[in-house]
Amino acid sequence: MSILVDRDTRLVVQGITGHVGTLETRFMLQYGTKVVAGVTPGKGGRVVEGVNVFDTMPEAVETTDANASIIFVPPPHAAGAILEAVDSGVPLVVCITEGIPVKDMVRVFRSIEDSDVRLVGPNCPGITTPGEARVGIMPDSIFLKGSVGVVSRSGTLTYEVVDALSRQGIGQSTCVGIGGDPLIGTSFIDALELFENDPETSAIVMIGEIGGTAEQEAAEYIREHVTKPVVGYVVGISAPPGKTMGHAGAIISGGGGTAKEKIEALEGAGVAVADSPVDVTGKMKRMI
Amino acid sequence: MKLHEYQSKDIFRGYGIPTPEGIMCNTPEEASKAVRQFGTAAIKAQVLVGGRGKAGGIAIATPENATETALRIMNLIIKGLPVGKVLVEQSVDIKQEFYLSIALDRTSRRPLLIASASGGVDIEEVARTSPDLIHKELIDPKTGPQPEQLEQTAAGLGISDVTSLSGLVSNLYAIYDELDCTLAEINPLVLTRDGQLVALDAKINIDDNALFRQPAMQQLYEKNLEDLDPLEVQVKKLDMSYVAMDGDIGCIVNGAGLALATLDMISREGGTPANFMDVRGGADAFHVGRAVEITASNPRTKVMLINMFGGLTLCDEIAEGIHDTLQGLDIPVVVRLTGTNQEKGWDILKDANVSVAQSTAEAAGIAVGLVS
Repeated sequence: MSILVDRDTRLVVQGITGHVGTLETRFMLQYGTKVVAGVTPGKGGRVVEGVNVFDTMPEAVETTDANASIIFVPPPHAAGAILEAVDSGVPLVVCITEGIPVKDMVRVFRSIEDSDVRLVGPNCPGITTPGEARVGIMPDSIFLKGSVGVVSRSGTLTYEVVDALSRQGIGQSTCVGIGGDPLIGTSFIDALELFENDPETSAIVMIGEIGGTAEQEAAEYIREHVTKPVVGYVVGISAPPGKTMGHAGAIISGGGGTAKEKIEALEGAGVAVADSPVDVTGKMKRMI
Repeated sequence: MKLHEYQSKDIFRGYGIPTPEGIMCNTPEEASKAVRQFGTAAIKAQVLVGGRGKAGGIAIATPENATETALRIMNLIIKGLPVGKVLVEQSVDIKQEFYLSIALDRTSRRPLLIASASGGVDIEEVARTSPDLIHKELIDPKTGPQPEQLEQTAAGLGISDVTSLSGLVSNLYAIYDELDCTLAEINPLVLTRDGQLVALDAKINIDDNALFRQPAMQQLYEKNLEDLDPLEVQVKKLDMSYVAMDGDIGCIVNGAGLALATLDMISREGGTPANFMDVRGGADAFHVGRAVEITASNPRTKVMLINMFGGLTLCDEIAEGIHDTLQGLDIPVVVRLTGTNQEKGWDILKDANVSVAQSTAEAAGIAVGLVS
């Protein structure tokens, strides 16, 4: 078992004919993910990596009975792609694209406010359920099937933590990259709730960074609602204030959003906060 | 992207928001002439960082001391950036000061209007110490600010001229919305003795990701590159991300989270990073080679730490890039390389003068050891 994606995920790749879309489609298929369709406007009828390409999402979903979409569409058209995916009725949309204008995402979130669709990202590495499905760009080799749920705002740092867990024999139920943008769909809290309710997840790793208050809000949620053990890791203790540190959302502004206040909030909620990927593994070992 | 105050005020005037009369000056003589024209005037450093007031970058001048005041401000270096140019503005007879801004609220995912009758000061400080002095209105992006929200804001500020304030807030929102701003701020907004609302300061930040559809802002962006740290500019052009810091270990990492983790581990080992660098998707031989050159060109860099982790990263290719760029550099280099063909990569670096580490923590430890 797992959250969000599994063997029954039937995936459409939006932007499948682009360089990255094609390459990642190949890797997702190799992992065993059921990629049932691709979409690129104006390129319907083509076949990419053995996958049929359609002009529109509704057409792709209707023909293939898809239940999830992943987006590799370039930033100027990515928001439109998200809305098209939502309109097509798929319950899960994962947006990998980095660099979407904030205003476009404000418009997207306003439009989907009353919808039940789950958006993951944008600017995220996607979701991997080891042994079942890779809906994203996380490298296969680091994963080990198991029962630790991982949720993170980062990409490569997540890989490092997952790799460290796997090397110590600690497998993962699902690993969710929620993305490094200031506005994202699925939050830490959403992922924590899914892991808390997933019978196959026995413990959770949560990886945060400077900027915003998502970790503090997650700490509040953990205190109230999460019974499973949580190991936290927050990076950016040494980051200078007022500077965007790579991720658009990673900025300490007006003295708020520091690693220190996030770590204190998590510790206050009973989370074991680690100070390195190896320490995450050590703390997790002691808990399970 | 931050705009200069004078650029933000140009935009304000274009949208009908009143500002004091001002003249841009590049020399103390120009500034002196401008001050004489106004009688008494404010000389304000035009520099793309916050906190210029605290750094002495704003002063009131008279014709008698204008040249020396302008010279002093122009020679300031604020947070690493030389000032060079100033805005000279006519003094305004202030009755009352306010704070007004529109920015993105990450939690509600909507634009948030913040207003306060406590203006001209650090708004975060006000929010902490006297939150009751802050008036907030969440704006529906489908409709923009509504009349009742504008009335509430006027009431919150204690401003009786609702029409003027409403017009001003609506115009500020139009700027925020039409120009893809991440921040449009007036601090202070002042009420003059003759009853006018005037933007005494102006701060506009533009969403870098939207520049492709904002040609006028793109032009300002290119112009403002001259006023930024030259290293940061070089890296921006390579679509990588760089932030100068004040330590001595130069860092090159793929991924923002891992880059932050690397800085933290250097600090924990007792070292200090010279920079943050995320090479982003550019984890290939060319980009890593340029990143090595840029990091090495920083005179503070005593040791270089290269930390690459990825599935797609072709380690042998990156190792070649590092190997070739290192020829002729005499800075010790620590490399941590994980990904496809990692053994080949390590092999290539064997005969180069680099230390190979297996983990971020180990790399940080070695780098700190090499500095001392």
